Amino acid sequence: MNKAFVKLCVVLVAALLLSMPQAVQAKELTGDLEIFSWWAGDEGPALQALIDIYKTQNPKVNVINGTVTGGSGVNAKAVLKTRMLGGEPPDSFQVHAGQELIGTWVKAGRMEDLTPLFQEQGWMDVFPKGLIKLIGTDKGIWSVPVNIHRSNVMWYIPANLKKWGVEAPKTWDEFFAIAPKLKAAGVTPLALAQNWTANHLWESVALASLGADNWDALWSGKLKFDSPEGIKAWELFGKVLEFTNSDASSLSWQQATDMVIDGRAAFNIMGDWAAGYMTTTKKLVPGEGYGWAASPGTTGEFMFLADSFGLPVGSPHRDNAIAWLKVLGSKEGSDAFNPIKGSISARTDSDLSKYNAYLQSSANDFGKDRVVGSLAHGVAANETFMGGFASVMEMFLKTKNAPAAAKACQQLAKKAGI
Amino acid sequence: MREASKDRLKAFLTLLPSMILMAIFVYGFIGNTIWTSMTDWGGSGSLALNPEKHFVGLDNYVELFTGFLGGGFRQDLVNAVYYSIMLLAGAIGLGMFIAILLDQKPKGEDVLRTIFLYPMSLSFIVSGTIWRWLLAPQGGVNVLPTYLGMEPLNFEWLSSTAAILEFNWQNLFSILLYVASFLLIMTGLFVFRKDGSRAVKRWLGPGIVLGAGTWLFGGLLPEALFMEEMHGFNMATLGIIMATIWQYSGYTMALYLAGFNGISQDLRDAAMLDGASDAGYYRHVAIPMLKPITISAVIILSHISLKMFDLIFAMTGPDNAETGHPALNMYLTTFRANDFAVGAAIAIVLFLVAATFIVPYLIGQYRQRRRG
Repeated sequence: MNKAFVKLCVVLVAALLLSMPQAVQAKELTGDLEIFSWWAGDEGPALQALIDIYKTQNPKVNVINGTVTGGSGVNAKAVLKTRMLGGEPPDSFQVHAGQELIGTWVKAGRMEDLTPLFQEQGWMDVFPKGLIKLIGTDKGIWSVPVNIHRSNVMWYIPANLKKWGVEAPKTWDEFFAIAPKLKAAGVTPLALAQNWTANHLWESVALASLGADNWDALWSGKLKFDSPEGIKAWELFGKVLEFTNSDASSLSWQQATDMVIDGRAAFNIMGDWAAGYMTTTKKLVPGEGYGWAASPGTTGEFMFLADSFGLPVGSPHRDNAIAWLKVLGSKEGSDAFNPIKGSISARTDSDLSKYNAYLQSSANDFGKDRVVGSLAHGVAANETFMGGFASVMEMFLKTKNAPAAAKACQQLAKKAGI
Repeated sequence: MREASKDRLKAFLTLLPSMILMAIFVYGFIGNTIWTSMTDWGGSGSLALNPEKHFVGLDNYVELFTGFLGGGFRQDLVNAVYYSIMLLAGAIGLGMFIAILLDQKPKGEDVLRTIFLYPMSLSFIVSGTIWRWLLAPQGGVNVLPTYLGMEPLNFEWLSSTAAILEFNWQNLFSILLYVASFLLIMTGLFVFRKDGSRAVKRWLGPGIVLGAGTWLFGGLLPEALFMEEMHGFNMATLGIIMATIWQYSGYTMALYLAGFNGISQDLRDAAMLDGASDAGYYRHVAIPMLKPITISAVIILSHISLKMFDLIFAMTGPDNAETGHPALNMYLTTFRANDFAVGAAIAIVLFLVAATFIVPYLIGQYRQRRRG
């Protein structure tokens, strides 16, 4: 009887404590906070801006910047995997929003549901509904998006196009009409770099070939990859590849962008981090020094990807990590980070005057275009599919066999549970 | 007798800890990897605390060698074979050549030796980065001729898509039979000098019959794939092979140089007295005497060529069919695609290939010891 009473008391006290989050919050945070990301190089200062805000709010917390370098997180993801499997998760880690997180860590039951945090901070209203749907499942919301990038953008130098007497193509047919002319002038029509940029090009071409509805159907398993539409996308991709440079596999995406800037190539399809590169590193003025358009055949469609942070189950300094997530989702944090990183804020209420001309136009499109998820950057499919897709792409670049690639994708989709 | 058994017990107890550790961390883990390769551990949910695994037998291997999604692996395996052959021939040949030159005791031999050995001390990542710059399509060695007023080269060292010596993977079975018959015939020729009739009966005869049979009736064999799949020696791998040879020929040079120095001067003088030329001395006396060194060089280099990873990663990146390697593929399959079972299967295939290099050597050693 006595024991039961003590138990009851404990439960009551616990309930009381839980119902007073404000009181708990007021306590000053101490200890460590390890932030795991792959933001090095150009993106380092943007991350630092966030850490600075965090430090002014929580001066007693020792922030450990656990950055693992490597574009698109190639190395970081492997390190993260060994740490998570070894039972040593970082306090909070960077991940591409969407299926890359959901199909991997959420499905494995290793992430905490952030719905309470979203409700408490009022984020349900400031993030677009469509975005929240893509970063959540019916069981919860799994990460805090920090930024939005657009993947289907075609870049060019207006002065060069004028010199060659061509205009930025609106469709791939228009591209095929002007490409031989460019080739004859000794200009590569479309600059391409190493393998992952081929994946990147593929998703833009496939979106143009399939259309947004079929694209979404592909990832929900309603449309088969080896259906006639799916094969057609690969065929169009093969045709586009004929107009790319032959030394692609040994170039980085920056080098491919350089080809456009130097006038050795006419166009390049790359995510909008290319705008950051051309503005910050190459000192070109957006809209005058360089121009952009939606990649051919995708006008009115916004293929997005987002970097986000999640909270792993068993995070060693959970309170510090939650405070970190609050900074990420805040308007202040978002507007400090994104202009430096060269992306737009995921919030609908961001202060657009802080952003340059390209980012303003991108934010404008994000508000009105049809939003679809990127494959190459983790929104559309899980890691099993993406890992396999890279090797399907390798074989396609070698053999150019469209039906075989489409069939391989279908087998892969079956394996990845799409 | 009692003394002896006490010593034996002491020796056993001293060795016991390392035996236990070896049993668990080498053989136990090999066994665990074999087990993993026979499950379906992969796909979504594979990272859960208690992932579901089911026994699927050899499905993963069948998929790798004859399945639709294994195309990348097959190309990588072919690449690995060419890497191994070229690396062995190149590094041993060049290393031996430099060693013979240095054995002539030229002026400044110590300095030269250090220079040749130095690449060994660089990590593959560093030398890979240097060579990537050197072999960049529009720079590096390709612009060298312009210093002499000539046109720059336009060979695409690391990005060429051309391939030679191509074969069709559909004919996997007949290729395997050809390889087997080739090995039989080679063994036969090797044994022939010692025991002619046995060689013909055991090795040469069956080898020739197998080869001829495959040549005549190979068309009847089942095809491994339902579609044509060509694999060959990719020209883009030339750059990587060059870098590896550059890095390891100094090492083989050091091995051979030590061997040459170990041969007594008397022997050399005797050979010279008998009228041997320099070339004759090396061909008939020195190099045959260094057979153990050649064998250890082959074993060390072959396992290096089988675990090539960082050099390729630095030079051409992780996803590149033209220059891929099973070790890279294994890493990407396991840690990027979360396909642990298939990754384990690739590991076991590599393990078996390494074993084909090393096991004959071990058997040879064992026999020699028993005879001796």
